[in-house]
Amino acid sequence: MSIQQTDTPASSPIANDAGMSPLHKAIFLGLLAFLVVLPFMVYPVFAMKIMCFALFAAAFNLLLGFGGLLSFGHAAYFGGASYVAAHAAKVWGLTPELAVLSGAAAAAFLGLIIGSLSIRRQGIYFAMVTLAFAQMVYFVALQAEFTGGEDGIQSVPRGKLFGLISLEDNISLYFFVLALTFGGILFLYRVVHSPFGQVLKAIRENEPRAISLGYDVNRYKLIVFVLSATFAGLAGATKSQVFQLASLTDVHWAMSGEVVLMTLLGGMGTVFGPILGAAMIVTMQNYLATFGAWVTVIQGVIFVIGVLLFREGIIGVISRWLKRPL
Amino acid sequence: MSIALEARGLTKEFKGFVAVNDVNLSVEQGTIHALIGPNGAGKTTCFNLLTKFLQPTRGTIIYDGRDITRMAPAGIARLGMVRSFQISAVFPDLSVLQNVRVALQRRRGDSYDFWRSEKNLRRFDDDARAHIDEVGLTEFVDHRAAELSYGRKRALEIAATLALDPQMLLLDEPMAGMAQEDIERISALILKIAKGRTILMVEHNLSVVANLSDRITVLARGEILAEGDYETVSKSHEVIEAYIGAADE
Repeated sequence: MSIQQTDTPASSPIANDAGMSPLHKAIFLGLLAFLVVLPFMVYPVFAMKIMCFALFAAAFNLLLGFGGLLSFGHAAYFGGASYVAAHAAKVWGLTPELAVLSGAAAAAFLGLIIGSLSIRRQGIYFAMVTLAFAQMVYFVALQAEFTGGEDGIQSVPRGKLFGLISLEDNISLYFFVLALTFGGILFLYRVVHSPFGQVLKAIRENEPRAISLGYDVNRYKLIVFVLSATFAGLAGATKSQVFQLASLTDVHWAMSGEVVLMTLLGGMGTVFGPILGAAMIVTMQNYLATFGAWVTVIQGVIFVIGVLLFREGIIGVISRWLKRPL
Repeated sequence: MSIALEARGLTKEFKGFVAVNDVNLSVEQGTIHALIGPNGAGKTTCFNLLTKFLQPTRGTIIYDGRDITRMAPAGIARLGMVRSFQISAVFPDLSVLQNVRVALQRRRGDSYDFWRSEKNLRRFDDDARAHIDEVGLTEFVDHRAAELSYGRKRALEIAATLALDPQMLLLDEPMAGMAQEDIERISALILKIAKGRTILMVEHNLSVVANLSDRITVLARGEILAEGDYETVSKSHEVIEAYIGAADE
């Protein structure tokens, strides 16, 4: 049977799947080529900081842009993992890759607990519950013995990768960080473009309908929450190796806000938006550092302008111009 | 004939207000059963209770010999009882093909495999296209569902629902907001998909369901007013009164 309509036929076909689109592949390859030469052009630590935040924002975007869940407590996983990784490297004497993995594992565990307690709430309530839990993690970081209170965990040794390759040198560390963050972002891309990701998008688009098709939506939400927390943790753990430091800044609620900012500025629900957003914010903080406390004000102004001019984020707008998902 | 879906003493109370009061309903296997009533009769509440989107205050719901009163809504969908929605339920940002495929994907069981490529879903493409052909959306297969017109969205929803091959369908006002010629087409489609299935549909208008349903239950103010075939129900004094009383709303 067919239903006759008076409307004009829809005009913009969209890609249906088929793995990574050639455009995305080209952008990822270009990005990788750029990142390989980057440490020879700018200060490597600055480039590594951007990559850590890009992974953090991409992990956050998985939850917000594809899971439809606005967490306001992602600093808990980012910062929590940086403490665990710093402690593992400094006190337990683990090699860098194991220290980073233990940080990510801790974030996964934290995400499982907080996620299972918060995913049943929606919208603003979900945001508030996640914020409340993140504040508890902040309190632990401030008060617990092993976190070093106001000082944090300082002078974390960079150690030897697999016990063989010294990461004291910034360039070797850079390629370790590049592998972790780029690999992490590619994995997140795969999650979005998996059978799981397909159901996730369906839930975001129309939750009651997804239920009526027989999907246990809370289970999907919990899995995406844990994945997002894990990769936010991977980012935080990596950052602690770069700066040889775990501090209260990374677990503070302002950090939770910053990742929201990066994601929205770049374009939530896009592949490359969070990466661009993170790069912009980190660059801004770096070059505007001389303005002191004014950085936050400038950042705020840019955010307001960004939201007013590019409601879908920068990449979101470009994607609409090109009529292609980016 | 056996009973597909049965409600016993179904009651739903909201704060100080009884929306559905002691409803006893039996839907026979392989029939089209209509639940009608004027505005505020409790049809939608009743429908949401039966599909488990609301939890009843009292009463039992039995589907296919199994007590489903305490089950989750996703659980009953897996038992083969699938509902539709008043507002066309599609996934707007997914393509037409993906909309149907998400339903077919349920055949794999749960899709928790976040590490696999979505190429794994291609094996459902042919089936999905067949379902899309059946409802006449072939040329729109790669378009976003949001771009479809109202009637086409409804057709897409039906295609996705049929992809699940449910034994029982619960349709929530399938003709709401439709022009006369679309009503005829949807009616024909409902008759077509009813073969070998049980259907319970909620409707506002008695006339719409006249040629469609084997049995009609009339609900008013949360209680069952009359039940029987169209002949019986349309002549019932109480039914006429309830509708005329509500006609000048």
